[in-house]
Amino acid sequence: MTEQPDTFPRLLLHQAKLRPHRPAFREKDLGIWQSWTWAQVAEEVRLLACGLAAQGFRRGDRLAIVGDNRPRLYWSMMAAQALGGVPVPLYQDAVAAEMAFVVQDAEIEFAVAEDQEQVDKLLEIGPQWPRLKRIYFDDPRGLRHYSPGGLMSIESLRAIGRDFAGREPEFFLGEIEKARSSDVAVILYTSGTTGNPKGVSQAHAAMIHTARVLVAFDGIAEGDDLLCYLPMAWVGDFLYSYAQVHIAGFCLNCPESPGTAMNDLREIGPTYFFAPPRIYENILTQVMIRIEDAGWVKRGMFHYFMSVAKRVGMKILEHKPGVPLKDRLRYRLGELLVYGPLKNVLGLSRIRVAYTGGEAIGPDLFDFYRSIGVNLKQLYGMTETCVTVCMQPSGEVKLDTVGRPMPGVEVRIADSGEVLVRSPGMMKEYHRRPQATREAVDAEGFFHTGDAGYFDADGHLKIIDRAKDVGRLSDGTLFAPKYLENKLKFFPYIKEAVCFGHGREKVCAFINIDMAAIGNWAERRNLAYSGYTDLALQSAVHDLIRDCVEKVNRDLAADSTLGNSQIRRFLVLHKELDADEGELTRTRKVRRRHIAEKYSALVDALYSGTASCYVETQVRFEDGRTGTLRADLKILEARTYGVAAARQAA
Amino acid sequence: MSAGGKIGGPILEVDDVSLSFGGVVALQSVSFDVRKHEIRAIIGPNGAGKSSMLNVINGVYHPQRGSVTFKGASRRDVDPHEAAKQGIARTFQNIALFRGMTVLDNLMTGRYLKMKCGFLDQALYWGRARREELAHRAKVEEIIDFLEIQHIRKTLVGRLPYGLQKRVELGRALAAEPELLLLDEPMAGMNLEEKQDMSRFVLDVNDQLGMTVVLIEHDMSVVMDLSDRVVVLDYGRKIADGTPDEVRNNKDVIDAYLGVAH
Repeated sequence: MTEQPDTFPRLLLHQAKLRPHRPAFREKDLGIWQSWTWAQVAEEVRLLACGLAAQGFRRGDRLAIVGDNRPRLYWSMMAAQALGGVPVPLYQDAVAAEMAFVVQDAEIEFAVAEDQEQVDKLLEIGPQWPRLKRIYFDDPRGLRHYSPGGLMSIESLRAIGRDFAGREPEFFLGEIEKARSSDVAVILYTSGTTGNPKGVSQAHAAMIHTARVLVAFDGIAEGDDLLCYLPMAWVGDFLYSYAQVHIAGFCLNCPESPGTAMNDLREIGPTYFFAPPRIYENILTQVMIRIEDAGWVKRGMFHYFMSVAKRVGMKILEHKPGVPLKDRLRYRLGELLVYGPLKNVLGLSRIRVAYTGGEAIGPDLFDFYRSIGVNLKQLYGMTETCVTVCMQPSGEVKLDTVGRPMPGVEVRIADSGEVLVRSPGMMKEYHRRPQATREAVDAEGFFHTGDAGYFDADGHLKIIDRAKDVGRLSDGTLFAPKYLENKLKFFPYIKEAVCFGHGREKVCAFINIDMAAIGNWAERRNLAYSGYTDLALQSAVHDLIRDCVEKVNRDLAADSTLGNSQIRRFLVLHKELDADEGELTRTRKVRRRHIAEKYSALVDALYSGTASCYVETQVRFEDGRTGTLRADLKILEARTYGVAAARQAA
Repeated sequence: MSAGGKIGGPILEVDDVSLSFGGVVALQSVSFDVRKHEIRAIIGPNGAGKSSMLNVINGVYHPQRGSVTFKGASRRDVDPHEAAKQGIARTFQNIALFRGMTVLDNLMTGRYLKMKCGFLDQALYWGRARREELAHRAKVEEIIDFLEIQHIRKTLVGRLPYGLQKRVELGRALAAEPELLLLDEPMAGMNLEEKQDMSRFVLDVNDQLGMTVVLIEHDMSVVMDLSDRVVVLDYGRKIADGTPDEVRNNKDVIDAYLGVAH
């Protein structure tokens, strides 16, 4: 067997030779899907690369790419790599100030921008970073009267490239020959929730190896279709779109505009799909709203067949035995009448594999897709490891794990509970941050993820929280507050939850009810209430919430590691936790420590065994006035369940 | 200010136009011109005769006196259909779209005058009719792209919010590829963001598509920012004509807007 191509430019040439007439890229432009074959793409990349070279782009230079997913932006990345340069995709919705940081950090001199909006931001950076001297744009709209030097269209760059290539026909291939697989292929900036973003340098070898593993894992082939709609600056897009397409030679489809992505999804009908939980949730919400508005026949049919799907759908998807023939026939009929048409409308009828990751996905959401036959799976990883740490193999999918370690990936759990990873997809380094690199990757080559997790009895990794938030109860049981809070929040009636337990003998929780969901529930039961506080104090509501808490406890009981962190006592807060009062962050994460201090009397009551606690809270209304909320909060007990301790041993 | 730059000679001349309905005088000896590639605003208090002026230009009303010359040809008593054929398109103060049709179909109706095939040809959708339809669709898609309304291409117009309907209406006028575009209060009832978007589109229509624009608008900041020259009407009479700055400082205009102590 001949040696496999080991850099992206060589892979491009390889694909162009192997399948010159297969479509490589599609873009919906002016309402029509335009496509480019592999041979055409290779030629476009050659022209762009020659153009860049003629403009002074040298080996090792970095090319910023900023915009929505457009074929020409992907080709610019390929062109930069062909010259031995490094593409640096930037988040297209970043403001100029955020962009300025990355542009300076990566010492960018050349940039490719999608349109006027992005060009404006790059020009704004100019005074602080005069080295950014050349900007190329894809869409000339609104840019006709821009006169700064160094600004030109990709079209003109291509023309320059054609001239250059005419003069030096051997140049392009010669440059590709010079590349080594250990060269940096791309610098991806992490979103930087804490401090400034860090540039993660990934080598060709790491990305290509990982992509090969992925392609083999799910059997991806040239007939597959993928819609690229997630930001180009995100490692997932680079890996799933850019890297995989180089390996498997399938087709990347670029939506017409961000607003039409869901329509384009339907037109393309991708076979491989990745989305964060939020997108699956939006799709489901739209379905449910439209079903509630539909006529009674359709609605009845939907609900009947969804109950069939819920009962047997997942077993059928996983080819598990034990489904009676009657149910199989019912499911078949449901596929014909409900699931099939539904998947068709959502653009999911051709899906072979769909992934989600990044955050916990709710059980209802997950089960919905799987029960109608969408093979939705979870994965775990981060930019530093080319994602791909753990993935769920088809047929071994569980709601609250992220799957087994991928081939070649070693996962180790530190004594602190932190997940450590060593993999062939490991980053080369943080760009220009040797100190940060040393802190993140230890001497043995393990990357410290900062996440806490453990392996369950089947060898699946379960991520429970950020390592720094995980604590222990006084008896030593692992206590992962976010894991518990997420489980609680998956109930529609619970909006927020705050769990306490670190260093204490038991777990207690504050619960925030969801006004919309519980208000609706109360109306249907003719329960009168005057407002949020009143509703939160009703004993019927308390019973409802207690049911939720006990369900969470029953779930936890099945888990030998976290089983002892069942919630013993809880209370329903009389007011909504609010970002304006510092109780939540702007991204709606609970600030546990601040809440514990602010409501220390309530926390004490939870742990003291009293049955109620009187509380007065200062609140600030939106018009600036302040007022006091007074309430007598009941402390509620929840039933706990015996832990299935035997499972680990078995 | 229009970025187009190359403002040419007059494309439309309104000369001494008077229009009355019975005893009500709507326009009284109004004269002004519109130059090629400019954005010309008509402003004035309520009932000043602004919409009547547009209606005279595109042939809905026929003035009792005076003449309108478009591209050098004086035109008395043209009807709106002919005006459209000559290259004048307009939008309306209260949206006049087909609410039960999709955005795409509404824009296609804007191509009506450019269609050569007869009813029968189109019904059969074969040969020439098919080619023609595809060409028109391509043109309409350019407009959809231009106005950034791809996401509502197949949405029924009646289900769209007001700001987007206004944009669709502009699109339908653009579909006729007019030389002169008449916009009757394109920004009425919009919020700030929608106004900014629409202003951007008006400037782009003028700059990139090279169309001459006559617009009526109440929002003074919009008028002053967009237009090259402004005509001010009051009680059917022209009281000022000039650049935004000249008009802003004109005493008659200030009096008309703020009222005068008598």
